[in-house]
Amino acid sequence: MYHKTLSYRIFNTLNTSGLILLAIVCIIPLWHVLAISFSAKSAADANLVGLWPVDFTTEAYKKTINNPVFLGSILVSIKRTIIGTAITLVLAFLAAYPLSKESTVFKARTIYAWIFVFTMVFNGGLVPFYIVIQKLHLMNSFWVLVLPGAVNVYLTILMLNFFRGIPKELEEAALIDGAGHFRTLFTIFLPVSLPAIATLALFSMVFHWNSWFDGLLYLHDAKSQPLATFLQTVVIQRDMSTMSMSPKEMELLSQKTVNAAQIFIGALPILVVYPFLQKYFVKGLVLGSVKE
Amino acid sequence: MKLLKRNWPFHLMILPSLIFLIVFSYVPMAWIVMAFQDFKPRLGISGSEWIGLDNFRYLFEREDSVQVILNTLVIAVLKMVANLIAPFTFAIFLNELRKMFVKRFVQTLVYLPHFLSWVILGGILVDILSTDGGFVNRIITNLFGIEPIFFLGDGTWFRITVVVTDMWKEFGFGTVVFLAALANVNPSLYEAAEVDGASRFKQTMHITIPSMIPITIVVGTLALGNILNAGFDQIFNLYNPLVYDKGDIIDTFVYRAAILNGQMGFGTAIGLFKSVIGMILIVISYRLAYKLAGYRIF
Repeated sequence: MYHKTLSYRIFNTLNTSGLILLAIVCIIPLWHVLAISFSAKSAADANLVGLWPVDFTTEAYKKTINNPVFLGSILVSIKRTIIGTAITLVLAFLAAYPLSKESTVFKARTIYAWIFVFTMVFNGGLVPFYIVIQKLHLMNSFWVLVLPGAVNVYLTILMLNFFRGIPKELEEAALIDGAGHFRTLFTIFLPVSLPAIATLALFSMVFHWNSWFDGLLYLHDAKSQPLATFLQTVVIQRDMSTMSMSPKEMELLSQKTVNAAQIFIGALPILVVYPFLQKYFVKGLVLGSVKE
Repeated sequence: MKLLKRNWPFHLMILPSLIFLIVFSYVPMAWIVMAFQDFKPRLGISGSEWIGLDNFRYLFEREDSVQVILNTLVIAVLKMVANLIAPFTFAIFLNELRKMFVKRFVQTLVYLPHFLSWVILGGILVDILSTDGGFVNRIITNLFGIEPIFFLGDGTWFRITVVVTDMWKEFGFGTVVFLAALANVNPSLYEAAEVDGASRFKQTMHITIPSMIPITIVVGTLALGNILNAGFDQIFNLYNPLVYDKGDIIDTFVYRAAILNGQMGFGTAIGLFKSVIGMILIVISYRLAYKLAGYRIF
């Protein structure tokens, strides 16, 4: 038994401690930012904060929460996440059913599959897309965050792979009983697909919550931008016009602590659903890669 | 006709997705003709002047755009190699952990950055990599007594930073496919090796690693399709004019040229160049993955 040899036991101890250390190192940057967000301005500015808050205060969070632009952007993010995910799920659920059929059953399936997959390998690029958004008058409209990405081909393929795993007898029984395809889809397929739909929903929610570039490109009013775009302009581009701070308040709070608080709040929803993400994303990957 | 009649629910189910794909994927493809024009938005396609392949010639004559293509290739290839080797190695070591709660703990922490956007991670990195008392530079100066490093202000360091931080974000989650492959290894292989007196190292070399080879080939070949994708989100949130010479990539260059400076035709041409090369590479890589490891998407 190799488990009992001295050399393996030494390796095991080193390996275990090494991996734990590596895992902690991976998380330290986030931890450090969390510590800054709870520190006093003077300590943060003097670079005294390491892994623990110095002169603990929640001032930065109070200021962040009191910024109406910040709050508004959270609402935009929530709205786009809910509406966007709902639309994507409905479209993927509907399209995956016929696409999961064999081409002997549904002849046009092959053509449709090509139309879908081709969009994954080729696209017009940023500029033509930008022009089309302009022509559709979607500029500065909330719907620009939701409609262009409504069809997610990757998620549709995940869904169709899941459908293929459903026993054919279930569907045949329903069809013989005289149910149409729509009825089969909603009464037979929907109930058994709920775990897969949950996986797709999580994928889509994370995508929407994290998306920032569309907000930057197509929404020019800070008040209508989602949180990720707000963070991009304030934290990365350091555009202070949306911060609504008086000079006196600026003195009170270093930009550093407020930025840290904003970053942490932006990451919070992901952290909250993280236990589910870990489980379902792994499932999704397996769903996408394991086929008959 | 009879077939169509029986299948009308199928067509109806696909129709909504089809409309979205046409409007937001296929209509933009038609606008690619801008790449052959000196496109002026107020003149439109019909009013703008046709200039043939001038935009493409311009692309290969301008020093900055050639540099940008080069930067993209260098950064993308380095990332590709790093993001194959790191999860591969990490999965082998992770697979040796016997205590489930330790394994779970390590996985939970290293998977996390994958789910955070580059805006969040960029905000964190800009802060901790700052030369003005950033956390990382504080540690470096205290530990080694050297000058702070310009991680995001020096071209060469910028490239290194981009590759390493991308590895930080993705190596953990990248192990998922490798661990799935390892979970499928028949335990009797290890038992037989045990009976023959093979050490754990020998078992790793002759059972664990060979069983990861097929999935490694798939991951590696599929990554080929991304050779012109150096990671727009990451670069855009980390770069600044100081590192344009070595850190600017095709996507960020297009954004600045077309959206900020209004060179629509030129921007479209670069985008088209990238899309065509990307498509060819994707087709080749999927063919390769199918040939080498029998991989299919559906």
